[in-house]
Amino acid sequence: MDSGATAWILTSSALVLLMTPGLAFFYGGMVRAKNILAMLLKNYIAMGVITIVWTLVGGSLAFGHLIGGDPMTISDTIILGNLDYFGLRGIADGASIVGGIPNSAFLMFQLMFAIITPALIVGAVAERMKFGAWTLFIIVWSIVVYVPLTTAVWGGGYMAELGALDFAGGLVVHINAGVAALVLAIMIGPRLGYGSRAMRPHSLPLTMLGAGLLWFGWFGFNAGSALAADQAAADAFMATQVAAGTAATAWLLVEKLVNGHTTTLGFASGAVAGLVAITPAAGFVDPFGALVIGLAAGAICFYALKIKSTFNFDDSLDVVAVHLVGGVVGSLLVGVLAVGGVGGGEQFGIQLISVLIAIVFTGVLTFVIATIIDRTIGLRADEDDEQQGLDLRLHNEQGYVLTE
Amino acid sequence: MKLIIAYINPYRLDDVLESVQEAGISGLTVVEAAGFGRQSGHQEIYRGAEYEVDMVQKTRIEILVDDVIVPEAVSVIEASVHTGAIGDGKVLIVDVEDVIRIRTGERGPDAI
Repeated sequence: MDSGATAWILTSSALVLLMTPGLAFFYGGMVRAKNILAMLLKNYIAMGVITIVWTLVGGSLAFGHLIGGDPMTISDTIILGNLDYFGLRGIADGASIVGGIPNSAFLMFQLMFAIITPALIVGAVAERMKFGAWTLFIIVWSIVVYVPLTTAVWGGGYMAELGALDFAGGLVVHINAGVAALVLAIMIGPRLGYGSRAMRPHSLPLTMLGAGLLWFGWFGFNAGSALAADQAAADAFMATQVAAGTAATAWLLVEKLVNGHTTTLGFASGAVAGLVAITPAAGFVDPFGALVIGLAAGAICFYALKIKSTFNFDDSLDVVAVHLVGGVVGSLLVGVLAVGGVGGGEQFGIQLISVLIAIVFTGVLTFVIATIIDRTIGLRADEDDEQQGLDLRLHNEQGYVLTE
Repeated sequence: MKLIIAYINPYRLDDVLESVQEAGISGLTVVEAAGFGRQSGHQEIYRGAEYEVDMVQKTRIEILVDDVIVPEAVSVIEASVHTGAIGDGKVLIVDVEDVIRIRTGERGPDAI
């Protein structure tokens, strides 16, 4: 065992876990006060149920084929792992999936990704989705969409065979969640009064705090994805910081020119857009490449905000503009900017094909899952629940109690 | 006895508190309020989306006074909030039938 690598992966796992509460508050500040708790719980529940799903079947389905076998084989015939490690029993018996790191550390690190990915989607259906329907959706989506895509990219499957570069989850996490968000937002329909009533963020301080936690946790997300405590981890760490800082600044600059004001929400959005875009590229680009990706993400994602009004759907907290568009920007640019003789025209083509595969794969399966849930228990909360607020009506609590 | 109700811009509250205390007024109540009048709302932009915010934040001040103090109380409030711009607010003077100090049971002007 490599004690340095193991220590870093355990630390990174904790950092990535913290991103989900960070995301909860990033999103929570942007909803109206009557829906803050419903938003927090729809994020936190992923830390509960996805942990169970991953322990029972997810971890084995995603990576079971790599436990105890030969060193990592890459083949386009690998679609899924297996159920040999149901309940994660016996994972310590076989050889390490990643040399030098206990399988429990690797599968723990991967679990944290499996938790935050479905949580990212919830911004698109904020303030109107039923809690039970959401919980069922993320359980099923995690097994049917997240796990197979993870195997395809990181488990030696068809995306790896194709040669797709995805350092920490441009395809697996952000494009994946972004496409699911797009599909769900269209299927569930806009919030009552959307477009005619002001639906302002109720607490941007919470959003700023959440963005800070996300930024902090993202060092584990990206630098941990080196799966070692080495040069690639340090490079990814550096690239993450450069892209986030650049994108946040770029977003502020563009919004000052376009809208006349610099805003806290703009800074937070730009930082997250930069972090998203650098995710697939973190270990493959040099600091200057990260600067270019950050600049592109900050400016392009700002303009991508207009997609939802152009096509008239209520992606309430802009998951498409930030995660789908940011993920595509990073996944394509890494094809050009990757150093070490990797980047170039051919790699750009591979990246483009990978992005399209991920979009179609997730789009179709998310549509099927959401249709089944909608036809059975229903996706959307009652009109009364939505008007009075999900906190009181679905959870029988209030976020802000101002009387004794 | 009169109840003076003033709707003012929140950032003028400190000026009003200072001047009414100088005028010898011994107590008042402040309530945060929102509403609209001739001063229409404003526009806020979040992630490029423009929202019309119809309600304007105001502060409502309630001062219970003896009839003789009314003219001076009103004039110090006016003096401390007047700018001449839309949104300066309004002052209402309302008759009060009776006042009871709960602690002692005193009634009328003695209870002010």
